Amino acid sequence: MESKPTPMKNPTIVERTSERELVVARTFNGPAHIVFQAWTKPELFMRWWAPKSMGVPMLSCSMDVRVGGGYRIAFGHDASSAMEFFGKYLEVIPNARLVWTNEESDDAAITTVTFEEKDGKTLLVLHELHPSTEAFDANSGAEGGMPEQFEQLDELLVTLVAGR
Amino acid sequence: MVQYAKAHLDASFAALSDATRRGILEQLGRADASITDLAEAFQMTLTGMKKHVGVLEQAGFVTTEKVGRVRTCRLGLRRLEEEAAWIEAYRQLWDARFDELDRVVEELKRKEKDDGE
Repeated sequence: MESKPTPMKNPTIVERTSERELVVARTFNGPAHIVFQAWTKPELFMRWWAPKSMGVPMLSCSMDVRVGGGYRIAFGHDASSAMEFFGKYLEVIPNARLVWTNEESDDAAITTVTFEEKDGKTLLVLHELHPSTEAFDANSGAEGGMPEQFEQLDELLVTLVAGR
Repeated sequence: MVQYAKAHLDASFAALSDATRRGILEQLGRADASITDLAEAFQMTLTGMKKHVGVLEQAGFVTTEKVGRVRTCRLGLRRLEEEAAWIEAYRQLWDARFDELDRVVEELKRKEKDDGE
């Protein structure tokens, strides 16, 4: 008895490549222009950036995808408790490369996403560069994914070390 | 399990509530050091320094090893473990995102194919 073959799921790889860099990679079964669209059209972006398991829905998203253009994303259960993430695009190469700033915190990271098409599939690599190790620890995963207690502890450690 | 985690966390906060102990961690972040080195660096008696290191050791921030008459202190594994746990949590977030993105990509692919026909 064989069950119906399910399409192979592509693995998601996350690696801290240095004290202040993090890389996330995954292959998508579609051409680069389609994957790029899903990153640059708000109505598409909103459908995947805040999965249910994240626990906080996305309230709004606006993107002006051109060099110097801004974006703004709000998360929360209602507008009064919304958390906003925003910045601007530093590089926009259609279907190939996006670079943006994350300006919601002072020592903000730079995010670079590359889209590399091969045989109708797209290798997506997201690279986060933080200005310092402390900033990395303070800001990475601020949108969720990190147990609250670790986050508090880490925040404390960072303030403590930085404050000396 | 939760209680254990909580107790562990309380010990962490207690360990970090002291300026000298935070300084010790910072110092050990740069290089391993003996109790004597640390006592000198922080202008403290050996006994006083042993006490501080003991608190950090209890909370898992520092490990010590005695070789001959010298006790060497280094940063504990605990932060590494937490980092591994954090990376895995982060990977799960991205994995969930990308599963949704897979769906969007599939849908757009279908749409493009339909439009092309």
